[in-house]
Amino acid sequence: MTWQMMLQQVINGVTLGSTYALIALGYTMVYGIIQLINFAHGEVYMIGAFVGLTAVLVFKANIFVALLAAMVVCIPLAVSIERVAYRPLRRAPRLAPIISAIGVSIFLQTLMLIIKGPQPVGFPPVVANTLYYIGPVRISLVQIIILVTASVLMLGLQLIVKRTRIGKAMRATSEDYDTASLMGINVNRVISFTFGLGAALAGAGGVLVGIYFNSVFPLMGVMAGLKAFCAAVVGGIGSIPGAMLGGIFLGVAEVFGVAAGFDTYKDAIAFGLLILVLLVRPTGLLGQPIQKKV
Amino acid sequence: MLEEALRHFINPYYIQVLTLLGIYIVAAIGLHLITGVTGQLSFGHAAFLGIGAYTAAICTMQLGVPYLLALLAAGVMAALAGVLVGFPSLRLTGDYLGIATLGFGEIVRVIFTNLEITGGARGLAGIPRKTDIVIVYLAVVLTIWAVYRLQKSRYGRALAAVREDEIAAECMGVNSLWYKVSAFAIGSFIAGVAGGLYAHFLQYLNPVDFGFARSFEILTFVVLGGLGSLPGVILGTTVLGLAPEILRFGAVYRMMLYGVLMVLVMIFRPQGLLGGLNLAQVWRRIVRGGRPRVPAA
Repeated sequence: MTWQMMLQQVINGVTLGSTYALIALGYTMVYGIIQLINFAHGEVYMIGAFVGLTAVLVFKANIFVALLAAMVVCIPLAVSIERVAYRPLRRAPRLAPIISAIGVSIFLQTLMLIIKGPQPVGFPPVVANTLYYIGPVRISLVQIIILVTASVLMLGLQLIVKRTRIGKAMRATSEDYDTASLMGINVNRVISFTFGLGAALAGAGGVLVGIYFNSVFPLMGVMAGLKAFCAAVVGGIGSIPGAMLGGIFLGVAEVFGVAAGFDTYKDAIAFGLLILVLLVRPTGLLGQPIQKKV
Repeated sequence: MLEEALRHFINPYYIQVLTLLGIYIVAAIGLHLITGVTGQLSFGHAAFLGIGAYTAAICTMQLGVPYLLALLAAGVMAALAGVLVGFPSLRLTGDYLGIATLGFGEIVRVIFTNLEITGGARGLAGIPRKTDIVIVYLAVVLTIWAVYRLQKSRYGRALAAVREDEIAAECMGVNSLWYKVSAFAIGSFIAGVAGGLYAHFLQYLNPVDFGFARSFEILTFVVLGGLGSLPGVILGTTVLGLAPEILRFGAVYRMMLYGVLMVLVMIFRPQGLLGGLNLAQVWRRIVRGGRPRVPAA
């Protein structure tokens, strides 16, 4: 592989990876606060993609309106999922909310299969098919939009988490749930807010991926969700920069794996990396080591 | 032979459903031993089922191995994989082990999709039909008996000790790594045998059937019935295994109802249907006419 090709693959990988990162952030924030693997998150992403598609097809929206519509619809969806299926299980045994999450995920998948049918739907051309050349490297307008949108959203997230009152409450709750509630933080509100924030990012990710791969279908959240979840774990679950790093790392690795001729093993690359990282650093690249207490 | 006789009494379709249910019960008991008894989270149980299924199918189809021996080979292959997965449990605990097993399961599925000998993505067809309802329920009874005896033994108490508190168990001289790895091996062996039964029942294998969706399905059987309770696992598998048949009135909304059922059971019985119940005690209470037992002063 020449270095021009390498550079090209890095661009493709970072583009793919930043969509993984958008989804991974939702997993990592929720896990950081209530230690729940939210298996319904991939379905929120899928529904975001469908909302964006509907906005474009029916309301002739442009890409930014479609992104906004998906984010706005996904927030109440995720907040209600949390309210109905997870909140009653806050003090239940560890596996109960996971099973509940899988139930929600099956429900949403079937719902969309009934409404939309199993066939992938193509995205109408909302973005001009323009290619830009930076030296030997080719970058499409879609890729630029994905990279810019993802960066803006992640920057916004950082600002919310680091600079606002509710962000401070989120950090406190993820540090210590019980103490946070003793300090007068409305933990339920923080949790709802976290779900909403994660869902908005996932919804945007859904629209971006739908446009990038030109296909939206009811089961698209399954593999994407699992891989994004891997990204969150690889980066260190509970860590927001970790999710971004993990997503991009995974995206680049996958693209290079395919370029190296392992395309039939594409789906295994993410999981192989996951296991490798876990064996070397059991809590991920940027995760805090777990203290064993006796 | 015996199945032929049964066909006069039960609708053949129901025989099919019940046979498959029995296979799921065996597989779920394997996971019960790993997750319920030993407390090691596994999100990749379907991989062991798949390894068993492909091993048994390849044994009978290509090597001409007799059926029962093929089932044994299926169990052994799955157990070897189980040992491989069990070792990381030394360093990975709780959710992280679950995540690693999820990754393992998906890798195994991708390998099945790529190998020549497993028929790749087209799947493996033309497996001889050897499994019938009688053999399956013999296996069910044998598995229940064996796991019940195992749980009641010194070995089983050590497994429970590792689940309850690994550090305390280590302090009491329980070698937790050995127990965790061997629990993975035995649980996977059981799943592998279930896979062998499955292959010679459906006569066709496809890698998609052994992905994480199947793993979660089996995990749901175990948790919904009552994590750690052997009767619970059997009940959970039966309820959820038959649910798609019972929910048939819901037509296309069937799987939506299934999802709702999962959420509702968890909300109203977070410990699972039979979790935290001692059936022997419940039985005694019923026999005594509902009076609570007064402890001797």
